[in-house]
Amino acid sequence: MMSYAVAVRDLRVERGRREVLHGVSFEVPRGSVLGLIGPSGCGKTTLMRAVVGVQTVAGGTVTVLGEPAGGPGLRAKVGYSTQSPAVYDDLTVTENLAYFAAVLGAPKTDIARVIGEVGLDDAAGQLARTLSGGQKSRASLAVALLGAPELLVLDEPTVGLDPVLRNELWGLFHRLAAGRGVTLMVSSHVMDEASRCDRLLLMREGEILADDSPGALRDRTGATDLEAAFLRLVADRETVNER
Amino acid sequence: MSVQITLATARRILTQLRHDHRTVALMVLVPTLVMVLLYYVIGDQRAFDSWTPVLLCVFPFLVMFLVTSIATLRERTTGTLERLMASPLGKLDLLLGYGLAFGLMAVLQVALVLTVSLTWLGFDLGTSLWPLVVVALGNALLGTALGLLCSAFARTEFQAVQFMPVVMIPQLLLGGIFVARDQMATVLEWVSNVLPMSYAIEAMKLAAATGAEGDFWRDVAVVLGSAVLALVLGAATLRRRTP
Repeated sequence: MMSYAVAVRDLRVERGRREVLHGVSFEVPRGSVLGLIGPSGCGKTTLMRAVVGVQTVAGGTVTVLGEPAGGPGLRAKVGYSTQSPAVYDDLTVTENLAYFAAVLGAPKTDIARVIGEVGLDDAAGQLARTLSGGQKSRASLAVALLGAPELLVLDEPTVGLDPVLRNELWGLFHRLAAGRGVTLMVSSHVMDEASRCDRLLLMREGEILADDSPGALRDRTGATDLEAAFLRLVADRETVNER
Repeated sequence: MSVQITLATARRILTQLRHDHRTVALMVLVPTLVMVLLYYVIGDQRAFDSWTPVLLCVFPFLVMFLVTSIATLRERTTGTLERLMASPLGKLDLLLGYGLAFGLMAVLQVALVLTVSLTWLGFDLGTSLWPLVVVALGNALLGTALGLLCSAFARTEFQAVQFMPVVMIPQLLLGGIFVARDQMATVLEWVSNVLPMSYAIEAMKLAAATGAEGDFWRDVAVVLGSAVLALVLGAATLRRRTP
């Protein structure tokens, strides 16, 4: 059990009267990078919120680092970055990070480190309100990197970034996993990012279509790229349902 | 609860205000300007002396209610609250942080309006001043606490602003400023008996007439007790898990 950073069993989530996750189960080994891939509205964000412990769940269990998700002992160990940047608009990047570092009990030296890691050195003294969309989402990502999180849950962290930066961030994610043994759950709706994950969860309409490594997925579906593999899986699922 | 996180939160809110000069100017200057206006409108020193304590009592409540409800609503809508709820921060850390930061602003506000009233406007209470200051600050705290609570019921800033007259006007009408409370219809007097502002106004009248005598401390205790109750209820509306 302890070899998994995240273990989800039969997770069901309802929003309003609609069930948006229909009994999802999967595990994430420690020190690996898991990609959550699927179209907008498929339940990626809801699933990540459940792992962080901020989502009301209707059934099932979510175990994170051996504890029930959202437990008090986990709050300093799990770094979380939401899809829309969650920083204070009327504070500078440094001031934002200084506050969250104090809340997390992270050392002050972390502030400069994470600013460097997300490449925001030039904008450190700027009010968050004046940042571009991409800069702001990097500021929000930087907050999740503060301290020494054992699990990072990052919801679409690379949206709107230029390819060079996106490449750098993926490099950072792998360094964190390989060097510090951090486990990462990264969501994306961009298929070309999927190939950079150790493992993929392909999601659609609140269900997991596939849970495998990118290479295995390509082999299994006989598709050359992941976009085609995804389409093949959706088509297979639909023929099964029709029978 | 953690003193360090509470203080960091208060410092963060004051830093946000420091970047917003116009709001600070409005908070600190408006009560004083209204007082000056009132002085020239009334044009009669004795009538002015009797209205000054009323404004001293009402203004801190009003301003603190508005500013706090909008500030906390913003935390909810920008996602920073969700981020904080996933962090080691305790709910009371956040509420007390707001109470401390805006309480400090209330001290500035009351200090300036009192200084101007006592010097330029020749305000003369005829008895010691500190009981009136106690009531004004107690009321500022009550406004902060009720603002925090009401923001939980507002989805947008428009709604939050509309809560101000809803909470404020009945309390003023029934509080004994315009009609003495014992001359109201029995039902209205009962309602008046359960509204915290009634006790604040009574304490203010006692402070202006005789100082900290009679029921003064009981009334102040009711005001502070209501503020604590509103803070606790406000904490209950902050959920770590949301749908």
